[in-house]
Amino acid sequence: MGETIQSVERAAAILRLLASGSRQLGVAELARAMGLPKGTLHGILRTLVHVGFVEQDGVTGKYRLGATLLHLGSSYLDVNELRARSLNWADGLAGRSRESVWIGTFHEGQVLVIHHVFRPDDSMQVLQVGAHLPAHATALGKVLLAFDPYGEAPLPLAACTKKTILAREALHQELDLARARGWAADMEEFEEGEVSVAAPIKDGRGVAVGAIGIRGAVERLAADGRLDMDVVSYVRDAARAISRDLAR
Amino acid sequence: MPRQHYVAAIDQGTTSSRCIVFDQGGNIISVAQREHRQIFPRPGWVEHDAAEIWEAVRAVLDDAVGGLDIAALGITNQRETTVVWDRLTGEPVSPAIVWQDTRTDGLIRSLAGSEELFRERAGLPLTTYFSGPKLRWLLEETPGLRGRAERGEVLFGTVDSWLIWKLTGRHVTDVTNASRTLMMNIHTLAWDDDLLAVLDVPRAMLPEIRPSVEVYGHHRGIPVASALGDQQAALFGQTCFAPGETKSTYGSGSFLLMNTGHEPVTSKHGLLTTVGYQIGDAPATYALEGAIAVTGSLVQWLRDNLGLISSAAEIETLAKTVDDNGGCYFVPAFSGLFAPHWRSDARGVIAGLTAFVTKGHIARAVLEATAFQTREVVDAMDADAGLALTSLRVDGGMTADNLLMQTLADVLAVPVIRPVVAETTALGAAYAAGLATGYWPDLDSLRANWHRAAEWRPVAGGPSRERDYHYWKKAVARTLDWVEQ
Repeated sequence: MGETIQSVERAAAILRLLASGSRQLGVAELARAMGLPKGTLHGILRTLVHVGFVEQDGVTGKYRLGATLLHLGSSYLDVNELRARSLNWADGLAGRSRESVWIGTFHEGQVLVIHHVFRPDDSMQVLQVGAHLPAHATALGKVLLAFDPYGEAPLPLAACTKKTILAREALHQELDLARARGWAADMEEFEEGEVSVAAPIKDGRGVAVGAIGIRGAVERLAADGRLDMDVVSYVRDAARAISRDLAR
Repeated sequence: MPRQHYVAAIDQGTTSSRCIVFDQGGNIISVAQREHRQIFPRPGWVEHDAAEIWEAVRAVLDDAVGGLDIAALGITNQRETTVVWDRLTGEPVSPAIVWQDTRTDGLIRSLAGSEELFRERAGLPLTTYFSGPKLRWLLEETPGLRGRAERGEVLFGTVDSWLIWKLTGRHVTDVTNASRTLMMNIHTLAWDDDLLAVLDVPRAMLPEIRPSVEVYGHHRGIPVASALGDQQAALFGQTCFAPGETKSTYGSGSFLLMNTGHEPVTSKHGLLTTVGYQIGDAPATYALEGAIAVTGSLVQWLRDNLGLISSAAEIETLAKTVDDNGGCYFVPAFSGLFAPHWRSDARGVIAGLTAFVTKGHIARAVLEATAFQTREVVDAMDADAGLALTSLRVDGGMTADNLLMQTLADVLAVPVIRPVVAETTALGAAYAAGLATGYWPDLDSLRANWHRAAEWRPVAGGPSRERDYHYWKKAVARTLDWVEQ
């Protein structure tokens, strides 16, 4: 075993002590329990309060575990919960854009489709929930690669159409652009004749937990080769609305 | 004159009041919502304060409509909840008795001799849900009320009637709400003197029965142009305008309504005969209704009482940890069974337990309970109406659950279809109001607004479907005769 960092070990010991009982502890009590001078603990406690793992009672000045720490273990958002919370907004996006709506999360290097709203024209369509899409070739995937902390595309990048981005450097530039703009597009990179647009859904901590987007014919969404920016704004509005809902 | 652009719907529900504004395409433009208190004075009693409800409705109307041009205002409401107010002051003279309230249990038993009369004239079973017995209870238990009612000093109404009174000053009710009172003749669509005599309710306090789609009056210049009970509004919002078209709304409980055309169909299988809607002077359209007491609330029970999941949506995740129910069946007869059984002596069971069964199997059994209960009602409807369901239109919060929707398609062996606008109840009231004022020209223009957002097709094989349903029925049989009088 390599060298350990003493102050991190002491921080962990403080958290264990605060978690061990129901009552709050003062600096003196913590110092006594750990056999350390109070002065040594002050800096560590200040840091733990700063990151939200520990809270100091305004009246007694004693310490307890912070809310941030309590949420650490349960921060995983169930995909079915995400669908339930997105339902009305996804319907609204389909209504405004007149295109099919898709919500995806990152799953083993690909986009897992967790929600799909048909294009509202009553044409024959098949529900695609549960399908996997290539991350580097779709707008949903690019958004997840750009914003999801676990997002990484499996190499080599596979060609779906003649326009699929295959070079790593080009993909990195595309993801930088997505981060800068807050949305991504695929211009016939997954299916010939089809364009998709997507934006990130973020939870209350600002972490991307999924992406929402639309997909449709290039003639409708990018008639003269340029993306319809109204549609981009609809997608971003929906993503922001769901993010606001999740933050509540 | 500048064209007015939107239609607003008030959705006065059991726990909250909402106002939703729609555009001509049926898209939601704005939403406002406000909750009101649930008052539980004694076990089995549930009351609302009608004045509080009116305040909430006025507030959400202002919030949602603010600054928009509104061409028409529609109303949809919790059904059967009973309000009595003073004609002069316009203030309620008693708490509103809510549809869930069971205080009329004893009264219902005392009327048992007239059960057939109610079934034949009103199309309803004699139960505590409906308004007539609640009104009778108020007349008997509130000192001086009967005399004032006979002199026409106090007025009765369901929530639609109360809101129309407040909005326009007229004392009317729509025919769908009137069909839930046990006082209206389902064939003539008029108050029935024999039923009133049995219930001992003075006619002077009753509102005038009007069509669902009609301008009742104006509120601040806006035509108040429709009223529909909530489930009928969902039928209208789902554009189930042709006989056989059926919708199912999945909330805490579930309600299936099938359009049966212009003739009331008397159920031989425990369903209710109800008015679906009436457009102006045209003949009324009837519906068969099947109510299931516990569907979504079973998922909440699993979350709150057993703690197996931390949110309702996680039921799907848990259920997907296994491939089938492991032989386990869950019949949630928590307060007896509704349609098609109507057995108040039934209580819930989890049947088929073995050492093999895990919480995943129980989660699956919970979802399947909703599907099997739906099948029981659909089978009853098919038998009563002499039709075979070809597809089911669904709405409500539980339609977010893909596994449930797929299970439903498998159990029913028909496609299950969810429309783009999930808010079908408010949409139905808006459609009706827009139809009354010419905002939408005809039913076809409303049909053109209905689009499928998702469709689940049956995939599971027939033999396993029938075997599973067979076991479900066995489990149902084990719930009966539990409560002893």
